Amino acid sequence: MTLQDIRLLLGGELLTLGIDLETECLKVFASDLMSDVLAFSEPGSILMTGLVNTHVVRTACLVDALGIIVVQGKRPDTAVVAEALRNRVPIIATGCSMFEACSRICRSLPGNRP
Amino acid sequence: MTETASFQQEFKVKGGDFSRGGEASCEIKNLLRDLGLDPHLVRRAAIACYEAEMNIIMYAWQGRLDLLVTPHRIRIIAEDKGPGIPDIKQAMREGYSTATPEMRELGFGAGMGLANIKKNTDTFRIRSKVGHGTRLELTIKTNGRKA
Repeated sequence: MTLQDIRLLLGGELLTLGIDLETECLKVFASDLMSDVLAFSEPGSILMTGLVNTHVVRTACLVDALGIIVVQGKRPDTAVVAEALRNRVPIIATGCSMFEACSRICRSLPGNRP
Repeated sequence: MTETASFQQEFKVKGGDFSRGGEASCEIKNLLRDLGLDPHLVRRAAIACYEAEMNIIMYAWQGRLDLLVTPHRIRIIAEDKGPGIPDIKQAMREGYSTATPEMRELGFGAGMGLANIKKNTDTFRIRSKVGHGTRLELTIKTNGRKA
């Protein structure tokens, strides 16, 4: 599954225009606690969160996350998006709740499809 | 210090400056990556640096991160002037936190910081004096491992 597949699945909008979404991703780490992201996420995960501050971008960079999904219709401000662009970290914004976004991704995984 | 340094740089960190929190660690990560070190080691060093940097920002008045890279290890010293830690054993316990609501709103303060620094480093030394500050001495062995 690529980031682009996930964007379509969540009806999401790419906020960091120009960043490639064709990267394959296999793991999602969903949390609003950056402390937990730092302690427990695996490299190559997508970070899903309801937080929209610059620390989300910095945390994503430091843990080698492939991208950020911002849930619940929240939108980071332009400074945060600019920081993500500088670091080449894609941000996708979706109106889904964290639970709904995780559910949709889970249901679309091979083996879980109806 | 008898080892030959390949690279050394100091980064100042200002207590309370949440908006710049993580900048030094991102810079350190980029430097380590540009030195061609193994990405797994770079990630561990970056996480340890970020936790240490945020601890300075959240709890201390001022501090610094000192990065030294030799052919066999990455050494990070995080030193601050601040209130210090009265009970290091308690502070090391996962889940123990004295974070304020402001810190929690940013996604920090889960009480994982020091334990996570220890987890991501090969040697971990901590000294603290109440009313003066805290010093962490961390190393990650690289043994010349490149990307």
